[in-house]
Amino acid sequence: MSRPRTQAEYLARLVPPSVAGLNRRSLLAGAAGTGALLGTGLLAGCGGSDDDSGADAKTVSVGSNQSDPKPKDVIAKVMDGYKTSSGVTVNVNTVDHNTFQENINNYLQGKPDDVFMWFAGYRMRFFASKGLAGDVSDVWSKLNGYSDAFKKASTGDDGKQYFVPASYYPWAVFYRKSVWQQRGYQVPTTLDQLTTLSAQMKKDGLTPIAFADKDGWPAMGTFDILNLRINGYQFHVDLMAGKEAWTSDKVKKVFDTWAGLLPIHQPDSLGRTWQEAAQSLQQKKSGMYLLGLFVAQQFNADEQDDLDFFTFPEIDPSIGAKALDAPIDGYMMARKPKSEGAAKKLLEYVGSKDAANIVVKNDPSTLVANTGADTSGYTALQKKAAELVGSATEIAQFLDRDTRPDFASTVIIPAIQQFIKNPKDISGLLTSIENQKKSIFTE
Amino acid sequence: MSDLPLIQADRAVPPPAAATSKGGRGRRLRLLSRTDRVVITLMVLVPLLLVVALVWLPAAATVLLSGTDWDGIGPIGEIDWVGLKNYDDVVNIYPPFVPAVQNNLLWLAALFVVATPFGMFLAVLLDKELRGSRFYQTALYLPVVLSLALIGFVWQLIYSRDQGLLNAVLGTNTDWYGDPNVNIWAVLFAAGWRHVGYIMLLYLAGLKGVDPSLREAAAVDGASEPATFFRVVFPVMRPINIIVLVVTVIESLRAFDLVWVINKGRNGLELLSALVTSNVVGEASRIGFGSALATIMLVVSLVFITVYLTTVMREDRR
Repeated sequence: MSRPRTQAEYLARLVPPSVAGLNRRSLLAGAAGTGALLGTGLLAGCGGSDDDSGADAKTVSVGSNQSDPKPKDVIAKVMDGYKTSSGVTVNVNTVDHNTFQENINNYLQGKPDDVFMWFAGYRMRFFASKGLAGDVSDVWSKLNGYSDAFKKASTGDDGKQYFVPASYYPWAVFYRKSVWQQRGYQVPTTLDQLTTLSAQMKKDGLTPIAFADKDGWPAMGTFDILNLRINGYQFHVDLMAGKEAWTSDKVKKVFDTWAGLLPIHQPDSLGRTWQEAAQSLQQKKSGMYLLGLFVAQQFNADEQDDLDFFTFPEIDPSIGAKALDAPIDGYMMARKPKSEGAAKKLLEYVGSKDAANIVVKNDPSTLVANTGADTSGYTALQKKAAELVGSATEIAQFLDRDTRPDFASTVIIPAIQQFIKNPKDISGLLTSIENQKKSIFTE
Repeated sequence: MSDLPLIQADRAVPPPAAATSKGGRGRRLRLLSRTDRVVITLMVLVPLLLVVALVWLPAAATVLLSGTDWDGIGPIGEIDWVGLKNYDDVVNIYPPFVPAVQNNLLWLAALFVVATPFGMFLAVLLDKELRGSRFYQTALYLPVVLSLALIGFVWQLIYSRDQGLLNAVLGTNTDWYGDPNVNIWAVLFAAGWRHVGYIMLLYLAGLKGVDPSLREAAAVDGASEPATFFRVVFPVMRPINIIVLVVTVIESLRAFDLVWVINKGRNGLELLSALVTSNVVGEASRIGFGSALATIMLVVSLVFITVYLTTVMREDRR
């Protein structure tokens, strides 16, 4: 206490002996100092984590969105395989699947991992054209076992490759063999057969087609397949790219057809998750379910053999039924990896058939993209799925992977839910979509 | 003309001479040492900087960004200015906007008319020192403590159409989450469930602080229980009442978590906050458009904040 005053002395008496040794003001100054230090510390922390930026090619980092236990384990095994073959350690940073997706913009503009997992299609081309992904064309010159469809799906707008496919899964109509055998149902190959079959199922007390759209994206699969069957693959691509008008008669026909099919779909779909819909199939309450191969997750191990599927039937004979949605997951390279050489070597490995073999051995729920892989370990369902995709003339990626994410999530999801709520006002709905599309697709 | 002398008196003061001014500064120096001034400057500057950096700059940036079509990628210098186009789009071609405004207002009304009074009522009951009041208190406050993810899960178990408790007990087939005419009420019930506990605890704390002699005096004067509450206790609790009111308004404006957990604020559960999030956060990155929505929300909040602040300040002056 430099200047003893009565008030100061009074205050000093209030200070407990444990801190009385400290001057009151220096305490405050100290607190402010600590605050400032903490502040700068935090800020430094935000920009940090590049301490190991030296050209040490002994490690390479991978950002993974495979956060479920099973796929996470598979990724770990693949990376172990790389370590044994090359001696380079791979640091896998696993982030929750949805969180990874939602943060992707910031992630890629910040300090992304050398290699990260992502999706083929518009979502890949978007980041490639924004300069946020690295060109991996020279990796592709060393890759074997990929069909042209996969190479096309890995190519950016500028004709260079930015993506290495790892796995994919088709969308199809799933059903339980035991139920169909018991009732003598036949796989429908035309829309008429599908509606006849559905009428029979209703008579038999089944919900013909399980359906759920609480999360907004599953019904995109229905829209996609109807659009592919009615208007074909090229129209799908152009519509997704914003080149075709949503108010056109072609799109209107898709929604009209869908409106006609809604009565054979499970009602009240907007409150149901896809898991619940899949369980209605599993519990033999529904006859069919249009979903991705991952529907198998909702079935017990001893029921896997009872699960079968067929591709969505033909609607227009001149278009056929050969196109389908089969989203591809894979790897991309950051725009400025710490060591480009190390990143590309890893990409070469994950695209190789050795890596694919590890995946086949460990994960029965996806298909590997590399055709050179030894697929004798596939389940019957996997084999059939691989055949289906192999025979497809065109492979679409799924609505929200083939178009701008902002358009898919803020326009299409509410619009499709609106359609399911009120299937009558289709032209009003399409006008609304078209107006919003024009506002979003400005470039 | 009455103020003339004042002016004259003012002017009568001679302009301070250089010497006097120096002396004055010297005297102040003795009152506030150098350390004092540094500490005071720091104490003012640090919070000020924090507020400016964490509140005002982001708010101003939001307003500025709402005039652009930025998608969150690329340098700030390349952002295109689009004027009021985003606002035009929000109002004219964005279907979820009007339902969102309606739902926010409905939320405010429901919390204000039902949940808040009910929470206060429970607090008054618990204040009576019933048997097991600790248990009730904990049970009612629990929803506030539970994590958001858990709350979403709990209500999913109850409201699920095919597997939910409610439909199983009632034997109905109501699509509690999917039917846009029903789900807002289902969610409001869940939100109220949480809000009641929050208000109850706040109010209970206030009730415990009321001087018991006031009640005794009222009882001696022969006032009934309700009259004691409404005429004596309630007016005494004015500061708590204001806090409860503010909490209610804030809670209804920032209502977000429940609808986001349920279906990301779509299909009947649109809320302004959910629309902002679905546009700005995530892969969509319609930052300009989302900022326009956020600015609208800011303006709505400002209306309430202004009303609140003017009321409080006017009454404080009185």
